[in-house]
Amino acid sequence: MSLQVIMFMILGVGAIVTALGTITRRNPVASAMNLVAHFFMLSGLYLTLQAQFVAVVQVLVYAGAIMVLVVFVIMLLNVGKEEAHHESFTIRKVLGLVFAGAIVVQMLAIYLGSSPSAMSQLSSKSLTLGATESIGTVLFNQYLFPFEVISLLLLSALIGAVILAKRKVD
Amino acid sequence: MNDFILAAPLVAMSFLSVICIVVDALSPKPGKIPFMFAGFSLLGALLLTIPTFWYHGTAFQNMITVGGYSAFFDVLFLIGGLLTLFAGRPYIAREHFDHDEFYSLIMFSVAGMMVIGHSNNLLISFIGIEIMSVSFYVLSGYLRKSIRSIESALKYFLLGSFATGFLVFGIALLYGATGTLEFPAMHAAVVADKLNFPNLLTVGIALVLIGLSFKAAAFPFHQWAPDVYEGAPTVVTAFMSTAGKAASLSALIPVIAAVVPQTNWKVGMVLAVISAATMLVGNISAVVQSNIKRMLAYSSVAHAGYLMMGFVANNPNGMTGVLFYSAAYLFMQIGAFVIVSLIEKENDGNLQLADYAGLSKRNPVLAALMALFMFSLAGIPPMAGFFGKYYLFIAAVEAGYTWLTIVAVISSMISVYFYIGLVVTMYFKDSTDTTEQDSKPGLAGVTLAISCAFVIILGLFPQLIEKLAHSFFM
Amino acid sequence: MIETYIPVIIMILVGLGFGVANILLAEYIGPRRPTKEKISTYESGMEPVKSARERFSVKFYMVAMLFILFDIEVVFMYPWAVQFKALGTVGYVAMFLFMILLFAGYIYIIKKGALKWD
Repeated sequence: MSLQVIMFMILGVGAIVTALGTITRRNPVASAMNLVAHFFMLSGLYLTLQAQFVAVVQVLVYAGAIMVLVVFVIMLLNVGKEEAHHESFTIRKVLGLVFAGAIVVQMLAIYLGSSPSAMSQLSSKSLTLGATESIGTVLFNQYLFPFEVISLLLLSALIGAVILAKRKVD
Repeated sequence: MNDFILAAPLVAMSFLSVICIVVDALSPKPGKIPFMFAGFSLLGALLLTIPTFWYHGTAFQNMITVGGYSAFFDVLFLIGGLLTLFAGRPYIAREHFDHDEFYSLIMFSVAGMMVIGHSNNLLISFIGIEIMSVSFYVLSGYLRKSIRSIESALKYFLLGSFATGFLVFGIALLYGATGTLEFPAMHAAVVADKLNFPNLLTVGIALVLIGLSFKAAAFPFHQWAPDVYEGAPTVVTAFMSTAGKAASLSALIPVIAAVVPQTNWKVGMVLAVISAATMLVGNISAVVQSNIKRMLAYSSVAHAGYLMMGFVANNPNGMTGVLFYSAAYLFMQIGAFVIVSLIEKENDGNLQLADYAGLSKRNPVLAALMALFMFSLAGIPPMAGFFGKYYLFIAAVEAGYTWLTIVAVISSMISVYFYIGLVVTMYFKDSTDTTEQDSKPGLAGVTLAISCAFVIILGLFPQLIEKLAHSFFM
Repeated sequence: MIETYIPVIIMILVGLGFGVANILLAEYIGPRRPTKEKISTYESGMEPVKSARERFSVKFYMVAMLFILFDIEVVFMYPWAVQFKALGTVGYVAMFLFMILLFAGYIYIIKKGALKWD
């Protein structure tokens, strides 16, 4: 086993553990902190998969900005310790398990049903694909138009935030 | 530089909508200046669209298509934006919420729709859908003091972002299967059967269909529509349920063309079932409504079903039908909703069907216009709605989906019941309260006049649009 | 490929080790003479009286929202900065345009008083 695979295993187990922590903690802040740890684990996973740019964005946007928002909302709503919100073994849980199982089966089916030659081809091609340099090159040449259009999306979201969250309605 | 000329309407609209928010921020008094700016921008972009009808090609590294049906949709969305703008100004003033972001947001959503219409790449479609959706989320919660408006915005946002998840996942899987996001390259990969993971293609198509059906409010993802359309400001509902729906379905045109070769009966069957269920569920639910906004909301669900017949047929006639019906539906539905917005009173008053009793005596012009739009929505000749349905039904029969056409005819007959029911209420029932005064139409009169004119023109001379639309798909 | 990250991993380990070592050293070597003042919660000179879990004002949310939007802008600047020389004038103009478009949003925020605190 190469170092890469060992790192992948460690980070993968870490990601699963922190993800479980996120959904099982009763205290919302503890849950949020588990999520932060989870994002860092994912970022490490991306690094082992040669996707440096995604790894950086994961930390910059998710662990940075999105988590700030999550924690703010927790503070905003003042959700303390979750009050005995006991949910027994309901139909919802059964359905959740069934659908989660279905997704696992689907993933396995796709993985096993696909030809390995195609996969090895992809991996050899994608070694430099995730590097920030190659993303920069593609983004500012071939994908220049979508890049500029994204600014419209950001602006409309910005107007929305101002209209809906501004305190005074004069 | 050539790209900028080819894509002039889209580029102009994008820049003008950004300038609009600066104008809005810098203008000293709310109201007039941003409204004028938005109106003239939409008009200017409309003029820029005219020469692009004769182009045919792509621009910006094959990211967008120019000319052809995208020019047609440009015109449609821009007119839709203009009609909403005119109807919106008096409406917003009546609701005492005269903030100018309204005009910027209309501009942004029109720009987003145009991005969708021009898309030659799944990424562009996605960005366009998001620009449009984000603007709609905000617009539907625009009346911040009304609890219903906020409720509708929240519902729309939560369910909409959930649907976006499906859409993105589907796009990712399509990319995984074909190795490209560009529609022509995708088509080539599918036709040549050069797929990395063939299973992914099927799952990807299904997920993209789910995402887009949600945005277009098609069965079984239509449940949000009545609640959102009821709670949102009425003019916004008019805009969302027409131009928004047309835009969501226009995203489907290149996707279907790229990933579904003519011979694929599986996708055709799925689409046919969705289409049939959508129109039946929409029309049957509309029959039992007592609130006019909910009734029109369910009827708009049904119309998404009719529009999808064109995709089921998946031939030039079907696509022509989609274009024609999108146009016809835009005018008749905006017209109907604008009349609702005029009769509506503050705090959700006067929204029941019963409130329309005696409208013909109280306000004969509005009643006549409403009757016209209702006849057109029901598909009674010689209105625009009739020819739209006619083209779609013919296309479906040509493609061998006779059963779907029969379902469509039956559901049209069901729809006659509630459309004509409203006309009967307006003309043959007497109002209990004769002191009511409707709002003065003001600028909304322009919207009504334009919609009415187009409903009649498209009904009397359908060949004009039909020939043009048909030429895009040869 | 992963071998290139070994310096990074060492750096993380050194950083962690430094922090942990300092805490341990202070714990075991440092003298301890607790007084009432010293063991009370430090709250910038204020008397800590109630729960720290106080409800935040919605104004913070506004700031957080805007932060995210401009943070996403930075995400696009990162690959641009890495490839700045290679992209040449086209890249420069493209980013300039992007910044101008978002600057319009900034003008809007300031003029509408979204960042005003009261």
